[in-house]
Amino acid sequence: MKASRREFLKLAGVSALFGLGANAAFELLTPGALEASSEVAHGAAHGEAAEGVQAATRWAMVIDVRKCILQEDCQDCVLACNSTHNIPTVGNPKEEIKWIWKDTFEHLFPDQHSQYVDEGLEGKAFPVMCNHCQYPPCVRVCPTKATFKRPDGIVMMDMHRCIGCRFCMAACPYGARSFNWRDPRKYFEGKEAMLNPEQPTRTKGVVEKCTFCPERLAKGLEPACVEACKKRKSDCLIFGNLNDPESEVRKILRKRTSIRRKPELGTQPSVFFLV
Amino acid sequence: MYDLNKILVGLAIFLLFFTFPILYGMGSAVPAPKPKLDTPEIQKLTDKKCVEDTHFMRTSHMQFLNYWRDKAVREDQRTYDSKLNGKKYDISLQNTCMKCHSNKKDFCDSCHTYASVKPYCWDCHIEPKAAKESM
Amino acid sequence: MIERALKGNEKYWGWVGLLLLLIGVGFACYIYQLYNGLGITGMSRDISWGVYIAQFTYLVGVAASAVMLVIPKYLHNYKKYTNVVIFGEFLAIAAVTMCMLFIIVDIGQPARVLNVLLHPTPNSILFWDMIVLNGYLIINVIVGWNTLLADKKDVPSPGWVKPFIYLSIPWAASIHTVTAFLYAGLPGRHLWLTAIMAPRFLASAFASGPSLLILLLLLVKSVSKFDPGKEAIQSLAKTVCYAMIINVFFLCMEFFTAFYSNIPGHMYSLQYLFAGLHGHDRLVPWMWTSAFLAVVGIFIMLVPPLRKQTAYLVLGCASIFLSTWIDKGVGLVIGGFIPNPFETVTEYYPTFPEIAISIAIWAIGALVLTILYKIAISVREEQQMA
Repeated sequence: MKASRREFLKLAGVSALFGLGANAAFELLTPGALEASSEVAHGAAHGEAAEGVQAATRWAMVIDVRKCILQEDCQDCVLACNSTHNIPTVGNPKEEIKWIWKDTFEHLFPDQHSQYVDEGLEGKAFPVMCNHCQYPPCVRVCPTKATFKRPDGIVMMDMHRCIGCRFCMAACPYGARSFNWRDPRKYFEGKEAMLNPEQPTRTKGVVEKCTFCPERLAKGLEPACVEACKKRKSDCLIFGNLNDPESEVRKILRKRTSIRRKPELGTQPSVFFLV
Repeated sequence: MYDLNKILVGLAIFLLFFTFPILYGMGSAVPAPKPKLDTPEIQKLTDKKCVEDTHFMRTSHMQFLNYWRDKAVREDQRTYDSKLNGKKYDISLQNTCMKCHSNKKDFCDSCHTYASVKPYCWDCHIEPKAAKESM
Repeated sequence: MIERALKGNEKYWGWVGLLLLLIGVGFACYIYQLYNGLGITGMSRDISWGVYIAQFTYLVGVAASAVMLVIPKYLHNYKKYTNVVIFGEFLAIAAVTMCMLFIIVDIGQPARVLNVLLHPTPNSILFWDMIVLNGYLIINVIVGWNTLLADKKDVPSPGWVKPFIYLSIPWAASIHTVTAFLYAGLPGRHLWLTAIMAPRFLASAFASGPSLLILLLLLVKSVSKFDPGKEAIQSLAKTVCYAMIINVFFLCMEFFTAFYSNIPGHMYSLQYLFAGLHGHDRLVPWMWTSAFLAVVGIFIMLVPPLRKQTAYLVLGCASIFLSTWIDKGVGLVIGGFIPNPFETVTEYYPTFPEIAISIAIWAIGALVLTILYKIAISVREEQQMA
């Protein structure tokens, strides 16, 4: 133990000299040791998994629109997300930060809405979030891999690496990405008690979006929005593993008709809407 | 040689200008700060050890934090096996590091101010409450 | 050679002073932006790129257009361009410099911009854009500087420069193709999702760049003893004319595909730009001005008796320069974001600091150009006197 630590320090020192940082040194000393315990490391390393090789997990969200539109004034999922992830209330719609939010059928499915929308759906709002696409255009265009696809299908953001070029926002056909036009902390001034001490905020000049709460998934919990919806016993949000035929999401997708946003773009969203 | 005097004067001014910070601080050496380790959380520990040994943490915590960040964010590795004591730790600045080192002002800031480094951790990460009250 | 830029009359220093003033104002605004974030601009979550990226796109075209002098001169040995090709290359240097600055000011976390090199990502077009733009800058600095040095000594330029000159030709095409690919590969932005984007970019570049160059050469002629030569200017004017006609032709093809197919998504952006959408029509007067100027410009450049009169030539070039600037530097980027993915319309208008920063970058470009041109002119004047 002691010797290997000293070795690590040496390696860290040498690699720091070459600007490599400690990462490489760690990898040299413990090759694969940390990865082995990972549940999600079965798929490709990152980015788009090779065709035919199916990862063990592909996280997906199913939104029961029929159930949700009955809860017209409910914002529980949105509020739960906002308070979990320290998302500021900006006020100005041009600069809003949104991870999960409610919008109408006409806006979310502008290319699908019929000339005669059924009365139940017309003008009704239901939640929407990042689609965590199987082939995410945002990941394709990011010049720094600040946004990347995890082997379990989550399209993740590395807030430390994002340079704020907003190429991903131009690439995302779903309007799911928000840019920090200003320092988000200033929206919490005087409201510091509202901050979740377990999670960070973001800084100005980076792009953010829904992450399916990986820090909660790691603890075996469901995303904060799903938990809030279940707490209300509305059960409009169903979260699970799309690659497990016996998962709750797969079961309900077998039974009900589902649609996805802009399927013609070939992004293969992981968010399904039951209509 | 042309304008030798002017060149010499110019050089003198240049030298003075560039060594000014050193000259200005001469004789007013400040002793290196000792970061405080007396938080309630640390006092509760029977084996008062950080995730790795003190020397390593002191010299390499910045690379180590980067390494942790990459592990958690990019590789979804959220526990760390300590090479020091074999314990498992949650990889989290706010929920692991700062749980013990809840005295940001007397711990982080004391050295950072002394060394005049301004890490941007706290632009996003939320500092512990205790530290905030004492500020 | 650089000392030649330090000798000038009062007008020269007045002009440099004015540029420095504009740069100073813009720099102050940039510091303000740095502290407060990009929220001080008119951009929004719907229009996430604005005047900065639009100017960048336009100026890549101006930079690429130097090739319209390099090809005739070096591939066809067109002697009339011998004395002016350097002005095209120096314009390219100034334009690429502006491009890079427009990218820098658009970045939310400029301190992290080197992440693009630390974590190279070949699947991102922006990564390639960085490579081709830097490469093009270096090539033009090498070629421009060495040809001018050789001219000064009145000897042919060294043989090793030749490969760089030939390399600059496909490279010029590459910078604008890659810039078009930034847009043309994005799903869900119908105005941009078109295979004709790169060809249209090149056509409009070969109209806008040379028309700016003609204006600059006429200016050079009036403030110095160097005469670029009537024939060189007339040849450039013909290039402008053909390129602009092709550019307009390509635009008409966009209209045909969108409106004959009658697919809503393909029509919306064009409707917004030229007629207004859901009652939003801020850019409509701009786009019709652009269309009108295109027609005026083409007419003047197409009719030899008009084109040969300096006054008309200036009017024609200015029309085409402005027309393409509105089309590419305003309409293309903003129009592509409208309507947003929810098919609602958020409009965009730049703020004062945003405009001041943009003007400052144009001023930096003008300053670089002034210095380079000053040097080139003084060498040319010596040659003509000898």
